[in-house]
Amino acid sequence: MRTGGKLALVGLAVGLTGVLVGFYTWKLTYEAGSPAYTVPVKMVAGRPVVDLKIMTVAAIGPKLSQNPDWVSYLIHTTNGGWKRETVWNLPANATIHATIYNFDGKSGLRNPYLARPQGIVGNQIVVKGKALNAIDPNDASHTFAVPQLGVIVAIPGVGDNAAHQCGFAPCSMSAAHVTVHFTFHTTTPGHYRWQCFVPCAAGWIDGFGGPMQTIGYMDGFLNVKA
Amino acid sequence: MSAAAPAKSGSGQNHGRRVVVAWLVLSVIATPLVAIYVGPLFPPGNATVESQGQVFDNQVMTSLMTPVICLLLVFFAYGLMNFRAEKNEALLDGPPLRNDSKVQFLWVVITSAMVLFLAGFGTFELLKDGAGGGQGPNPIAFPANHQSAFQVQVIGQQWQFTYRYPSLGGLESNQLVLPADTDIEFHVTSLDVIHSFWAVELGVKADANPGVDNVTYVETKSPTTFTVRCAELCGLWHGYMFDNGRVLSPAQFQSWAAAQEKIYASVKPYVNRDAPYSHTYLPDPQRRAG
Repeated sequence: MRTGGKLALVGLAVGLTGVLVGFYTWKLTYEAGSPAYTVPVKMVAGRPVVDLKIMTVAAIGPKLSQNPDWVSYLIHTTNGGWKRETVWNLPANATIHATIYNFDGKSGLRNPYLARPQGIVGNQIVVKGKALNAIDPNDASHTFAVPQLGVIVAIPGVGDNAAHQCGFAPCSMSAAHVTVHFTFHTTTPGHYRWQCFVPCAAGWIDGFGGPMQTIGYMDGFLNVKA
Repeated sequence: MSAAAPAKSGSGQNHGRRVVVAWLVLSVIATPLVAIYVGPLFPPGNATVESQGQVFDNQVMTSLMTPVICLLLVFFAYGLMNFRAEKNEALLDGPPLRNDSKVQFLWVVITSAMVLFLAGFGTFELLKDGAGGGQGPNPIAFPANHQSAFQVQVIGQQWQFTYRYPSLGGLESNQLVLPADTDIEFHVTSLDVIHSFWAVELGVKADANPGVDNVTYVETKSPTTFTVRCAELCGLWHGYMFDNGRVLSPAQFQSWAAAQEKIYASVKPYVNRDAPYSHTYLPDPQRRAG
């Protein structure tokens, strides 16, 4: 074969390789950034405000996951349902009014220091209409923590003897639950991971496997966008 | 050995002598330049006595390494220039390599001396003050004033470090703040898996093992900021397990501690009840996990 022919073959091979690498890079990047739930935003006095409603359940159930016995967070969507999605798009420099409906029992914090709400407005949470600047660490069921924003909120669990406890998601609001309100602010655009600090993964060594190590259950991202 | 074989072959030129002269000239120029101008730029900087010591160690090792690299580069370049095949030159086998006891002797003596020197130097530097490394629960290398060191407990958990100050009533914070010009005694532990506490600019690195009190010392200098990272792959958010710390003047540190005391007050009864300060901090498995 002539030199020109060889060069053309090499060029073709390099070009094809580039196209394949580019395609898979694009595909992986696209899939990594999706799905993400875009939380509706309203403007109040020129500042973006978001009402974030989330739910925690002891077991996600067979309708919403292939891992029905995994503990999980869910987010309330605009169509009135609950979605197992922990990557959320939020506006930058916004006020986030968060409401967490917790249907899970008490597990307890491994580090009791995290029982103090931090990085939120007033450093207080409101539980059953009462403002608290700490909860008993042994009562904690989960935490909602965004370490890069300094946000740590421990969520009290449902009492062991509470009547009408929810078995698995989606849970009815008539089932036993604890409602927690708090407000925090987003800052500059970026990807902020959030997580639960309570070792709440039943059946895993020290409660730290499975759903605690998987985005979509007890971990996620706040995609803060300008 | 191989350098000597072609030295007086072929054209009769003394290749070995040329290589040695070129190497000596390059080394005499490059080594002081590396030691004086490049050495001080090495990490982790001079924020603490220990990090300054690590910069010196890197400086010494790089200075020692420079002549070795120069020899390789000179030999490689000389070989490319003098022993490459000419165009259309017939490929012929070269003369057989023969043993050269002088070269062998020098090779063994020089490399042994370098390795033994580095072993001795490294041991001396490590035992001098611990070099900022974790020494386990029974340390053997201490800085000068370790008896009066300010204690800080570092608690790793998936995926955040928190810090407890026993001399401040067990105050716990998610910020690492230290007083300047002070000997610090870190007690590093973990609540779950193995983490590694790496205060980069302070030159401190110590594994955080569950149930183990890993002690390390550092002597802070003037006020500065530094980065804390986990240096042990520890799960999903390992890459996000970092924060920034500060070294403050003693007065600023007291102000910070007073402010933290107020913030900490609401949770202090629970922390002291559930996890009273001790050097090993391993809670029982929790209800769900147990």
